[in-house]
Amino acid sequence: MSKGGVPGFSVASDLACEQIEDLQFTIGEGASADALSLRRPVLVPDLADDSASRWPVYSAAMHDCGVRALFAFPIQVGASRLGVFTMFRGRPGGLTAEELALALTFTEVALTTLLDGHDTSGDGLAQAMTRQAVVFQAQGMIMVQLGVSLDEALIRLRAHAYADGRPLTDVAHDVLTRRLRFQHQDT
Amino acid sequence: MTAVSAERLARVFVEIADTLVDEFEIIDFLHRLTLRTADLVDAAAVGLLLADQRGRLQFVAASQEQARLLELFQLQTDEGPCLDAFRTAAPVVNANLASSSGRWPRFAPHATAAGFPSVHAFPLRLRSEVIGALNVFGTDGEARLEEQDVQVVQAIADVATIALLQERAIRRSEILTEQLQAALNSRIVIEQAKGVVAQALNLGIDEAFDAIRAHARRRNLRLGELAHDIVTDFTKIHEISPP
Repeated sequence: MSKGGVPGFSVASDLACEQIEDLQFTIGEGASADALSLRRPVLVPDLADDSASRWPVYSAAMHDCGVRALFAFPIQVGASRLGVFTMFRGRPGGLTAEELALALTFTEVALTTLLDGHDTSGDGLAQAMTRQAVVFQAQGMIMVQLGVSLDEALIRLRAHAYADGRPLTDVAHDVLTRRLRFQHQDT
Repeated sequence: MTAVSAERLARVFVEIADTLVDEFEIIDFLHRLTLRTADLVDAAAVGLLLADQRGRLQFVAASQEQARLLELFQLQTDEGPCLDAFRTAAPVVNANLASSSGRWPRFAPHATAAGFPSVHAFPLRLRSEVIGALNVFGTDGEARLEEQDVQVVQAIADVATIALLQERAIRRSEILTEQLQAALNSRIVIEQAKGVVAQALNLGIDEAFDAIRAHARRRNLRLGELAHDIVTDFTKIHEISPP
């Protein structure tokens, strides 16, 4: 998804799936599109069950391509939305607790990768997505300080912490206590 | 703490029922629930934590949001009465923090220093599963929750679970995931909105939340929706006044 909230591109492990994923943003219906707009996961353990009425065109196209169940997770931090992570299954059935936990972890790795602009999951310097309130509060403050989008504010905060080699929460604390103020030339 | 009067209790449950049939927003509902619980049992503060489905408790709503209180919720990801209630599926009541430093070496001194010598926690239960915990803090270390109060607060915790699931979830466990993840993300939006308001109106974070909540109340807006508007539409900030 691009900055303005318009879907930009998608990648998929399977070409047919990729085409349908693209299609849903054209036809305006589908599980990934719903996960984005509802800002929550959309989990369909059996595509034949109730999705036909929810997404008539999308469900039929997915079924033709052999998909029987699908699970869409928004890649988001609060109000910043960067995309959707969708898993497809060739047989009906829900996710086990382990599969769900794994899907949420994959979504988080996708999030940090999109934020940092490269895959940081393998290097020790990567800042895991912390769920600490101060980080999100600082994100809101930096958005106003720089007049940038919420996504951009988090990218700047993470870049600053990375450049200084400090934990994200420490830098966030400095923003909250007004010891640190982001300026336009800042990286 | 004294036993809850039947009249107050009835009023709370009528309000809960009203909210559930009305246009429903989970974060706003949970926030109201913590306010009413605090009121009902004369607690200093009440908070609610939900499991993120990767086994970690995350703070979602509270009757007040001072930083010192939020820290206490955050600590319980690792230890504390909420984690115990979450793991054992049983209420933790009348924990005396002065003598609990062995049980919760980090949480107990923090809570006491924050002015809360008394603490209770109630599991949010769904059949055999526990999806979170409700936390009740008191400023009087000697005060105790009576058995009747314990039952009332546990009933409120059960209502919170029902609200999260809505009736469809009885059939579909997927709804629980969808709702839980939505609630956890709404909490992040509220933190982001606090930051925006704090910076734009030059307020502290705690005051920023008070300003957002007061505005929601005045205009009869739902908390999560207002927070989202604040972070996505900067013109909204001009409508909000300092507390």
